Amino acid sequence: MSNERKIRVIVAKPGLDGHDRGAKVVAHGLKDAGFEVIYTGLHQTPEDIVQSVIQEDPDALLLSLLSGAHNKLFTAITKQLEEQGIDDVLVIGGGIIPDQDIPHLKKHGVEEIFGPGTEIDEIVEYVKTHLKR
Amino acid sequence: MQINVTDSEIDEQVHKLRAGDQRAIAKLMTYAEMNLFLASQVIKKLYKYTGNAYIIGITGAPGVGKSSLVNQMAAFYISEGHRVGIIAVDPTSPFSGGAILGDRIRMKKSFSLKDVFIRSMANRGQMGGLARATRDMIKILDAAGYEIILVETVGVGQDEIDIFKAAHTCVVIVVPGMGDEIQAIKAGIMEITDVFVVNKMDLSGVDRTIMDLETTLQLTHNSKPKKPITPAQGLFVKVNNWKPPIIKTNAITGENIPKFIQNIQTHQDFLKKNDLLPIKKLAACKNEIMDIMKFQLYKKVEDYVFKNTDVNDLIEGIIEGDIDPYSISEDILAKFVKEARILDK
Ligand SMILES: Nc1nc2c(ncn2[C@@H]2O[C@H](COP(=O)(O)OP(=O)(O)O)[C@@H](O)[C@H]2O)c(=O)[nH]1
Ligand SMILES: [Mg+2]
Repeated sequence: MSNERKIRVIVAKPGLDGHDRGAKVVAHGLKDAGFEVIYTGLHQTPEDIVQSVIQEDPDALLLSLLSGAHNKLFTAITKQLEEQGIDDVLVIGGGIIPDQDIPHLKKHGVEEIFGPGTEIDEIVEYVKTHLKR
Repeated sequence: MQINVTDSEIDEQVHKLRAGDQRAIAKLMTYAEMNLFLASQVIKKLYKYTGNAYIIGITGAPGVGKSSLVNQMAAFYISEGHRVGIIAVDPTSPFSGGAILGDRIRMKKSFSLKDVFIRSMANRGQMGGLARATRDMIKILDAAGYEIILVETVGVGQDEIDIFKAAHTCVVIVVPGMGDEIQAIKAGIMEITDVFVVNKMDLSGVDRTIMDLETTLQLTHNSKPKKPITPAQGLFVKVNNWKPPIIKTNAITGENIPKFIQNIQTHQDFLKKNDLLPIKKLAACKNEIMDIMKFQLYKKVEDYVFKNTDVNDLIEGIIEGDIDPYSISEDILAKFVKEARILDK
C-alpha cells in the first residue's frame, strides 16, 4: 500500500496486420519497468482505441503498427482524441515507420516515434519524462 | 504528476458523471485509485447516488474464461436494454510492481464500447482477489447509472473471497479437467458460491466435472453452518436454503448464456423474496468499514514508524538480538497510541 503514483499505459494495435509480437514485447517490457499496461489486442478500430482511452484514463497511449497505414490510422486516433477534449494523454507510436512520415505524424499529435529495435528503457524513460499530467 | 485534486474539481466531475459523461467516470476512478484520501473525497460526494446497481462477481482460476464469459454476459444484458459496467482486476507483479491488464482483449466482440464501461485495474499487492479501490469503482459506476456491474477478480489463489462480500450474486467458474481444483474449491468457496459455471462445455469431460461438483456440493451443503459468523470474522451472509445451480457454458459461442443469466435472475429473486438484500448490504458495509479503518490505521502506524527516529531505533534494537519482534511491536504501539494523533486527518 504505497502512495507512489503508478503510470498506466494503453498498448494498442490499430489496423489489420496480424502480428502483435512486437506490441507484446513492449507491453511486457513496460510492465517490468513498473508500469500498469492495458493491452487491448489486435484489430482495433480508431473508435475502439479512443473509447478505451476514455474509459481507462491512461497516462500514455502507445500505438503499434506494422502495416503501413500509420498515416491514416494514427492521425484518425489523435483527431478523435482532440475532438473528445483529451489533451492529457501522451500519444506515441511504434513500428515500421519511414522517416519521411515522422514530421507529419508529429504535427498531428503523435509526440514521438520509436522504430523497430528501440530499447524498452528508451521508451520507459521517454514516457516518464513526458507525462502530460 | 497531478496528485492534488481540488474539491471543486471533484464536484465538477461528479456533476458530469451524473450527466453520463464517461470521461468524468474515468477521472473519478483514477482519483479513487490514486490514494485513500482522494477515494474518500470522491465517495463522500457520490455515495448518495449509489445503491441501484446489481453487482455480479465472476471468479475462477486464470484461463477458465472469466473475461470471455463477462463479454457474453455484457452482450446479453445490453441486448435486454441494460447499461453494463465492468471492472476487471489483474495481478500486480510483486517483482516490478507493474502489471499486464489484458481482459479488454476478450471484451469487444459483440457490442459497441459506447454501451458499456470497462475499467481494468491491477490489484497492487492487495490480497483477496480485488484491489483496494475496487469497491470505490463499483460505487462510481453505480452512481453513474450502470444497472448491472460485473466484477472479474484476479483469479489466483484460494483467498479470493473479497468478491463474495462485495457482490449480490457471485459466480465461480471451473472447466473440465481440473478435478483436483474442485477439491480445492471445496475448502471454503464452495459454501458461499451462488452459481457455478462449468465453462468450455465444448471440451471433453464436462459431465464428469458437473458430477464431481454436484457430489462435493452435496457434502458441503449438508455441513453448512446454520448461523452467520460474527461480524468481525468473515462477514458473509450464509444462505442455507439456496442450492447453487451448475450451468455449463461455452463462452466463445455463447451457448447456454441465456440459461446462465436466468439462473442469476433466480438467485436475485430468491434474495429479494427472502428479504436477504438488506442483510447482504449490511454485511458488505460492515466489511468495508472495517477495511477502511484498517487501511487508515495501517497508514498512520506506517507514517509514525517511518517518521520517528526513536521508533526506528527501537526496531533496530532487534539487530542487537535480545529483543523479540512481539515486544518491540508492543512498545511501538503503546508509544503510537500515546503520541500519534490518531484521529487527526
Ligand atoms: N474451448 C473453449 N475455450 C474458451 C471458452 N471460453 C474461453 N475460452 C478460451 O480460454 C482462454 C482464456 O479465456 P479468458 O476469458 O481470457 O479467461 P480468464 O483468464 O479467466 O479471464 C482464451 O483463449 C479463450 O478463448 C470456451 O467456452 N471453450
Ligand atoms: Mg481475464
